[in-house]
Amino acid sequence: MEIKKTFSIKGMHCASCVNLLEDALGKVDGVLQANVNLATTKATVVYDSEKVTDKHLESAVSSVGYQAMVSEELKSEDEEKKEKQKELDDLRVRVGVSLFLGALILWGSFPGLIKTSPLVLQNFLVQLLLATPVQFWAGWSFYRATVSALRHQTANMDTLVVIGTTVAYGYSAFIAVFPNVVMGIGIEPMPYFDVATIIIGLILLGRYFEAKAKAGTSEAIKKLIGLQAKTARVIRDGKEIDLPISEVEIGDSIRVRPGEKIPVDGTIIEGESSIDESMVTGESIPTDKTKGDVVVGATMNKAGSFIFRATKVGQETMLAQIIKLVQEAQGSKAPIQRLADLVSSYFVPVVLMLAILTFVVWYVFGSNQALTYAILNMVAVLIIACPCAMGLATPTAIMVGTGKGAEHGILIKDAESLETAHKINTIIFDKTGTLTKGKPEVTDIVSFGSMSKDELLSLAGSIEKGSEHSLAEAIVKAAEEKELALSKAEGFKAIPGHGVEATVDGKRVVFGNKRLMDKEGIDMGGARNEIDTMEDGGKTVMMISMEGRLVGLIAVADIIKESAREGLVALQKLGIEVAMITGDNERTANAIGRSLGITRILAEVLPDQKEAEVRKIQAEGKVVAMVGDGINDAPALAPANVGIAMGSGTDVAIEAADITLINKDLKSVAVAIVLSKKTMRTIRLNLFWAFGYNIVLIPVAMGVLYPFFGILLNPIFASVAMATSSISVVANSLLLKRKKIV
Amino acid sequence: MDKIIVTIIGFLGIAFTYWFFLMKKDKEVAVTDSIDIVVDGGYSPEVISIPKDKTIKLNFIRKDPSGCLEEVVLGDFSVRKYLPLNKKVTIELTPHQSGEFIYSCGMGMFHGKILVR
Repeated sequence: MEIKKTFSIKGMHCASCVNLLEDALGKVDGVLQANVNLATTKATVVYDSEKVTDKHLESAVSSVGYQAMVSEELKSEDEEKKEKQKELDDLRVRVGVSLFLGALILWGSFPGLIKTSPLVLQNFLVQLLLATPVQFWAGWSFYRATVSALRHQTANMDTLVVIGTTVAYGYSAFIAVFPNVVMGIGIEPMPYFDVATIIIGLILLGRYFEAKAKAGTSEAIKKLIGLQAKTARVIRDGKEIDLPISEVEIGDSIRVRPGEKIPVDGTIIEGESSIDESMVTGESIPTDKTKGDVVVGATMNKAGSFIFRATKVGQETMLAQIIKLVQEAQGSKAPIQRLADLVSSYFVPVVLMLAILTFVVWYVFGSNQALTYAILNMVAVLIIACPCAMGLATPTAIMVGTGKGAEHGILIKDAESLETAHKINTIIFDKTGTLTKGKPEVTDIVSFGSMSKDELLSLAGSIEKGSEHSLAEAIVKAAEEKELALSKAEGFKAIPGHGVEATVDGKRVVFGNKRLMDKEGIDMGGARNEIDTMEDGGKTVMMISMEGRLVGLIAVADIIKESAREGLVALQKLGIEVAMITGDNERTANAIGRSLGITRILAEVLPDQKEAEVRKIQAEGKVVAMVGDGINDAPALAPANVGIAMGSGTDVAIEAADITLINKDLKSVAVAIVLSKKTMRTIRLNLFWAFGYNIVLIPVAMGVLYPFFGILLNPIFASVAMATSSISVVANSLLLKRKKIV
Repeated sequence: MDKIIVTIIGFLGIAFTYWFFLMKKDKEVAVTDSIDIVVDGGYSPEVISIPKDKTIKLNFIRKDPSGCLEEVVLGDFSVRKYLPLNKKVTIELTPHQSGEFIYSCGMGMFHGKILVR
């Protein structure tokens, strides 16, 4: 496939570098076109992705003495950070200057302070001189944004600030230059430079804190990116070399020593160790891993040393997939946000109209000093309106919520899933592989004759060795674990739905269920009670007969996961009804359900009927979550209001799932719901605050309380309220980080 | 007399504000492959139409230093991207559903529209 890629090159300084680099890149087999731009220090290469990798491009560039920055992801993160820091530094200077000059003007003009100030500060022209740089230098960004927005016939918060402060500044400048003219029309010459300058200073200060706080909302992603190991100790041609992680290829053998980070995903081929995966999967207890086990990149090797083969590198690793998923979730829109979106698209024009109305009403109906009041109240209306708080209310909480989920091994696909999860009142768990381990194990062996339990297991293992049934697998595994010698079975015959028969050491052995024993006419006599008790406990019982006589029983059961009981109790505490769905017969299903405290059991449901069962429960008016492994249950996960998949291996992007629990912990189902509830509470509080603030304070700024209580809002206080309102919304979202969800 | 003039000018101002901001007509630009969207006090072009089931590249170039526009959020497509100043950021979309999708800046103040047909 033909691909075009642009990347930065470090070390370029002259036009000759361009030719050198173009030649070097052009010589790489598979590169179709290479252009290098000196002005941007960037190379754009068109190549065949089947022949050329990032590594080829990097080595071609380094062969002529430069460095290619092909991994754009890290670069853009870095760039973003630098750009933001520059912005913050610039803001800090503007805030400092405008508040300092504003304070001087305030000192020279505020009624209570004026007597203590030097005469020079009381001079209107000096105040004009001090206010001008604040208005047009510190406030330049407001003007620039306003002009750009007006060109698009849109208006935003900057438009409001520009109109508000320009009116205050312009009116004051006129008074400063022509005080006599103003006096001539019966108005006391009182400039309001302090209003214009302090408003600009405070709003810039608000932006400074808001930018700092906002950076905290995307911290989870930064933390995840920071987990990535930088180098890997790769064994190539018998030598161990430290390579940057971007150069590791699939199939490489990599050595990991005690205390080191595992660089990429892979499978252990030599050695064993205990591995702490909590940073990536949220799984709290270190796991012992040995040859053949899967290791996850960016997790921490504790004690042992081992070699593993890389199976996933670059964007395919589990960590990269998690980062991508969280980024997508943070970019998605929650349904609750739509109202805020709708309001904010009309908000600023409406505030502008209200400001004009305020001016007209105060001018027409105001008594003395009507013009001054009309101007000050109009400015207060323009300044107090805060559309930003509405815009920030939902996305900041979603960003913190999804990030917090990822830290606990709960990956939420999008904001809508996070929003829906808080309404869940019924959860259906798939049994096999979700509530249980999904792999049957031998639980009981009962002998009725002279044979020992091990001899019975060895006998059963000998004849089941040739069978492919999952129960047979459990028996052979149990025999192998005990290192029992297996004999050769002759004349093996599988009787579908019943069991197997064969001849072992010259004796005819039949191994299977009750139906098979009845068919063979074998007397089960006193064993019946034992069989019934075991079957009531959810176990599958198989009988062994030798030469027509019952010699023993072997019971096999699918073991319930350790986290299942606690997980279900946590859900019941949240008032959520729990149901279990399984293809098992009713007796086994009931036994497992009973031991887990589940009362609603949907047994004997074939895989293709699970979807219909989910819809049936939804038809009862329930909001349903379906929990499954995400592979066999995919059709049932899709119609559920929220599909929750238990993670398996290193694949996290399970298509049908709205939420993926990569920590494989059933307790996380309740944690995800609690997280959703807390996030929604934060969003509601944010929206209530953002809407309430504007709905209450805009009329106050207009002066509706004046006729009753004589209350008016000073524009300076309006700017304090405005600056704090968006910060408070972001801060409230950040509080979600500290809330306990486990 | 001055009160009457202020009232008339005021109401004309309100009418103008309504007409200028709320009655503007969106000019639609049809995109077949890729398009550069300039981010400067809004999005130019503001309304684009793209075909269903086809991958389209939207190249955002931010020229406006305002913090408001530093991120673009295409919520319906699960995309939130930081836009560095004066740099092209490409977002690829392959919409499988037709309809009208609004995208916005990080604070939801500036909007653009994608019509999928």
